[in-house]
Formats: sequence, structure tokens, C-alpha cells
Amino acid sequence: MQAVYVLRLARKNLWRHRLRSLLTIAGIAVAIVSFGLLRTVVDSWYAGASLSSAARLITRSEASLSFPLPVTHAARIRRVAGVAAVSWANWFGGVYIDDKHFFAQYAVDADSYLELYPEFVLPPEQRSAFQRDRRGVIAGRKLARKNHWQIGDTIALKGTVYPGNWSFMLRGIYDGADSKVDENQFLLHWDYVNETMRALLPSLADGVGVFVVNIHDPSQAAEVSAAIDSTFRNSLAETRTETQKAFQLGFISMVDTILLAIQTVAYVVVLIIMAVMANTMSMAARERTREYATLKALGFGHGFVSMVILGESMTMSLVGGVLGIALTFPVAQAFFSATRDLFLVFQVEPLTVLLQLGSALLIGLCSAIAPVVNSRRLVIVDGLRAVA
Amino acid sequence: MKKGLSLSYVARNLVARKLTTILTAAGMALVVFVFATVLMMAEGLRHTLGGTGSYNNVVVIRQGSQTEVQSTLTREQARLIETLPGLATGAHGEPRISREMLVLVNLPRKNSTSLANVIVRGTTPTGLEMRPQARIVQGRAFRAGSSEIVVGSGMARGSFGLRVGDRIAFGLRQWNVVGVFDAGGSGFDSEIWGDGEQLMQAFRRQAYSSLIVGLRDSGSFEALAEAVARQPQLKVDIKRETQFYADQSENLANFIGVLGKTITIVFSIGAIIGAMITMYASVANRTREIGTLRALGFRRGNIVWAFLQEAMLLGLAAGLSGLVAAAFMQLVEISTTNLQTFSEVVFSLILTPQIALDVLLFSVFMGVLGGALPAFRASRLEIVDALRSV
Repeated sequence: MQAVYVLRLARKNLWRHRLRSLLTIAGIAVAIVSFGLLRTVVDSWYAGASLSSAARLITRSEASLSFPLPVTHAARIRRVAGVAAVSWANWFGGVYIDDKHFFAQYAVDADSYLELYPEFVLPPEQRSAFQRDRRGVIAGRKLARKNHWQIGDTIALKGTVYPGNWSFMLRGIYDGADSKVDENQFLLHWDYVNETMRALLPSLADGVGVFVVNIHDPSQAAEVSAAIDSTFRNSLAETRTETQKAFQLGFISMVDTILLAIQTVAYVVVLIIMAVMANTMSMAARERTREYATLKALGFGHGFVSMVILGESMTMSLVGGVLGIALTFPVAQAFFSATRDLFLVFQVEPLTVLLQLGSALLIGLCSAIAPVVNSRRLVIVDGLRAVA
Repeated sequence: MKKGLSLSYVARNLVARKLTTILTAAGMALVVFVFATVLMMAEGLRHTLGGTGSYNNVVVIRQGSQTEVQSTLTREQARLIETLPGLATGAHGEPRISREMLVLVNLPRKNSTSLANVIVRGTTPTGLEMRPQARIVQGRAFRAGSSEIVVGSGMARGSFGLRVGDRIAFGLRQWNVVGVFDAGGSGFDSEIWGDGEQLMQAFRRQAYSSLIVGLRDSGSFEALAEAVARQPQLKVDIKRETQFYADQSENLANFIGVLGKTITIVFSIGAIIGAMITMYASVANRTREIGTLRALGFRRGNIVWAFLQEAMLLGLAAGLSGLVAAAFMQLVEISTTNLQTFSEVVFSLILTPQIALDVLLFSVFMGVLGGALPAFRASRLEIVDALRSV
């Protein structure tokens, strides 16, 4: 029964300074939205890696990715027990128009690569057209749409890793098997690049950036990786084999300082709004010093007064928090559309929503501390005498 | 009443409500802190890579390759370049040229399982002479023809912690760390240097990565550029060394800048709301006081200006405290991958006077945005109503 009174009183108090309450609620909503969005950015960054197939290993040079491995490794990797299929790819790194039109380009072994990536869905006739034409390329749906490419278009790239001006013919456009497949890749013939290099710059010929290895049994990934690496131990081109997921996490960890900064900043916004909200509550409580004294004079205890204050701050922070959580979803969707190429998936995780709710509760609780303490210390006579 | 209300009146109003002022300023100060840190990060990165090398050195790389690691130059190309005009000559009349070989080597970060791509630069005695800013601060320089390396001070500190006496394995060899060099906080501090010919042998390389050539004087760059343009069979790109490294920081610095500014703008909404709440309350609490002031002959403009000043003062106080906190961030050193070159770069945050000024202006501006509406409301109060209010 008392709870109902407390809540009614809290609501009435809230409504006395409509503008102030609304501003505070808006502030909390903005903070909760940005908190959720920042967390989702970090989550999505990692999410890309967790989508990769568990049955796929990546073999690269032990020294670092910038060292090519000899293409002859392919035959030896294929003989390792547990290996189902091998293909390879090189980072091509050409410039399309200018640096701003960046997209990932891989020179791949046209015959075997698409076998290993069943998630790249391509009509059979486009696939064979690509495999027949050495200058042929295939591009992801999103990439083709962004650059307004049609099948049959000629695409000119300026080489950085492989010097020269290259011209390719778009032979196919692949779709992802589901929404989580990267549709921004550009695949060209490794053979074509290799033959050109053999004539022009023999030092760059016959090199492979990474081998992609399919294994029979995903649970054997660690054993097969070790077996592949030991095949080449103490050779001129030692290898490092890991699952595709670990390989991609390695890329992500390169920028983990930045991710850590984003995560830290996400918590700073909660602190900022905590200060704002605490200010609102302390102002409200100061103005009502006389009322609290009156309540106490009428016989209500410390607890009741504290509950009134807490009820007011919790109502405000929860309304703001729920509003913020509700807004997070459309805002995240808009953010995803605006940065379509940056993230493969952009989903607000349940944990994020939980943390948002937790932050809202914490904000409400913390901002009530100072006013509650003050009201407990209040001597009735002083309170009645107080001027706002 | 030309002079308006005195500043001390304004300031005392802030002091009168300590808790509110402190809480509002704390919120704004946090925004300022984030903003300043981000600007300092971008500036630190620019400073580190932009301060690498000297103006009178020229980096020669293969045409179209954007980084030294991607580039390959044959011995013939190197010989041809030596004959170009505009080059400085050493004591014995030989051209001042360093033929360098760069590779990226995976080194583990301390306290983490992740691997970083660290630049290992194979250089020459001339190459060391051409970079006078790199001084050995511990141990000694590597000996030509040996498996000795020296590490930059960024590699010696922080997340790698390499020390004199350490042995590192790469290229099927063990390399002894014999010294630590300091290149004045520039990009070289994130590198490992060794003997070029030894590294080429270890990695079975026939070609160089880049050539560093000294200019006779700072004006002879144009002559060299012209000579290179006249020999298209050379197939090289040339850039002044300072410019070459400065360009490599642009993408990452811009990314940090854009990300940081977006975050700051969103955060500042919260802080502006906080300032607005405070200033509205400040107006509401002093309705009678405002009426009295107006009755005494102060004009509406004076009242608006007084409240705006109060908001600006609040912003300034917040800006100063945020800035002081951010100044401590200069002690932080960041080690991350520059995706443009795919290699590790270590840099510190730097606070410049320009950043300090920008940040303070931004903070005052937040105050003004928060204070404008309340100040306007205060000025519109009718004298009689204001005096009558409780």
C-alpha cells in the first residue's frame, strides 16, 4: 500500500518541473543509445570472424603474411593426413580509380578456390565463364552494385603489389549463401597474375600469400595444423597454420587498441549522464527541503522520504533507459545502412540490452545517493526554515 | 547602465550552488576529456610518422607500390639511380645512397597471444649516417656482416620489451640485440635495424626494397624528379623522406579523427542538456532577484549577457578541468597496427596549444548552447510578475 503512495508522490514530483524532467529523460535516452551503439560496433567487429567455417584452415608464412610461400607447397599440403582440399589466394591490392574506392581483391586459383567456398553462390554458366577466361573476374553482389558493374564490363586496376596497369573482365557476380557472407570481394585469376609476373618481375612469381585448407573433420583442426607446419619445419619457407577464425581474429587484434578505446568511451558516456542526472536529482531535492521536513514532522520516517526520492530518480532513469533501448534498434539499423561495407553483421546483442538496462538502473540509483543522504541528515526545524 | 552586471556577480552565482556546478561541470569535463584525447591521438600519430626521416633525403620505391615493404628494386635500377643528378656525395666522392631491404616479421606482444607485424630494416653504414636523429642510447650499433640488430626505443618499451642481449629468431637465424636506438619519437622507433646484406641473405632476397638517397641541397629535389621523369624505364616513384612517412599516417589519423569527433558530438548532447538543466534552475531560483535587477534599471540585454556569461564560465571551468585530465594522457603510449602499411607503429599522445585552444572553445560553446534558452527566458520576465513570485 505504501509503495503505491510513494510512486504516486514520485510521479507528481516528477511532473512539477516538466521541462527539466523531459530534458533529463532525453539525456539518459541519448546516453543509453550511444552506449548500445558503441558496444554493438565492437561486437560486430568481432562477429565477422566467428562466422567463418570451422573446417577451414589458413596456412601462411611463419615469418609474416608479407612473405610469399612457394606454390609447390600445395601438393605437399594435400598429402597431409586429414586434408580434404587445398586452394590458395594472394592479396592483389590494386587501386580502382583512387584510394577511396578500396575493396579487397584476391588472386585465387580459379579451379579450386570456389570449391572451398560454397557460400559464394554463383550461377554455373558464370562460373565456367570465369574459369575459362584468364582475365575474367567475379565480384560480390554488394561490390558490383556499389560500382554499377554489369557482367561483361571491363575493370581497370592499378597494381601496387603487382606493378602495372591491369584490365579485367567481369564474368560473374556471386551472392552470399546467407546474409553473413561477405559480398564485397573481388576474385581474379592467380594464373594470370603469375604468368605476367614471370615475364616481368620473376622475383614475384610462383608466390602464394595464403593456402586455404579444407579438412575432413573440424575437430581435428589442431592436429592437422600441426602436421602441416611440421612438414615444412626448418625449410626455407616455414608455415604457420591456424583455423580461419583464429586467422581473422589475428587481423582484428591488430586494431584492438582502438576497440579497447571505443569500449572505454562507451562507459564514459554512462558517467557523463550520471553526473547530469545526479545534478537534476540534487536540485529537485534541494528545492523540496521544506517538504521533506514537513513529511518528517507529520511522522513519516527516513525510509519513506528516501523511497520518494529514489522512486523519482528510478522512474526517470528507467523511462529514459527503456526509451534509449527502444531507439537503439532503429539507430543501429540506420548506422548499418550508412556504413554498409564496414560490417558484415550489425546486431544488437542481448547482453548489450541487458547492460543498457543495468546502466540505467545504476544511473538512477547513484543519482539518488546524495539527496537521500542529505534528507537523512535533515533536522526538521532547519528544514522547515530552509529557503530554496 | 552601460557596464552591465559585473563578472564577480556572475561567478558568485556559480559558487553559491556548489554541488550543482560541480556535477554539471564534471559531465562537461568528461566530454572535453574524450574530445581532447582523440585529437591528441591523431596529433601524436601525425607527429610520429610526420617527423620521420629528413627533408633532404629521398625515398625511392618501385612505381605504384605504396609502401617500402611492397616495393622491390633490382640492383640495375639501383645502379641507374646512382647516376642521376642532384645527389649528395660522401667524403670519398661516392654518392650518398643507402640500399635498404625491409621485411615484416611477426613478433609476439607481451601479455597477449596476438602477433604484431614489426618492420625489420636492413640498412647500411651510410643509411645510419643519413639518419642522424637515430642515436644509440644503450649498447652499441650493429656490426656490418654479422647477425646483430638494434631495436628502436618503441620496441624496447611497452608491449614488446626487447632488451640488449635478447635473441630473436627470424629468417632461419638467431639475431642478437646489441643496442637500442632512439630516433626522437619518430616512426623509426617502431623498427628493428640490421645489416642489409645479411638480412637479404637470410631471407633469400635478390632485390632491395627501397633506396634512400641524399640530396645535394634541399633545392635539388626538382632536378632529381625531372631526371627520373625523363627515364621512364626506371619505373620508380620518389618522395622526400619526411613526406613519404607523413603520407603513411593520413588514413589512420583521419579514421581516429572522424570516429572521435562523431562520438564527441553525440556525447556533447548529454552535456549540453546538463548545462541547460542547470541554467534553467539558476534562472528559476532567482526570478525575484532578476525582477529586482530589472527594477534597478538593468536592461534585458544585461540579464541575457549575465546568464550567458555564467554558462560560458561553467563551460570554461569544465574545459579546464577536462584539459588537465587529458594532459596526463600524454604519458600513455599506444602500440597498434597501421593498416596502411600493415606494420606496427608506437606513438604517444601529444597535447598542442592548438588542441588546448580548440577544446576550450568547444567547451565554452557547449556552455553557450546550454545557456542560451534559459538566458532568453530570464530576460523575458516581466518586472512586476518576477517581483511577485515566490
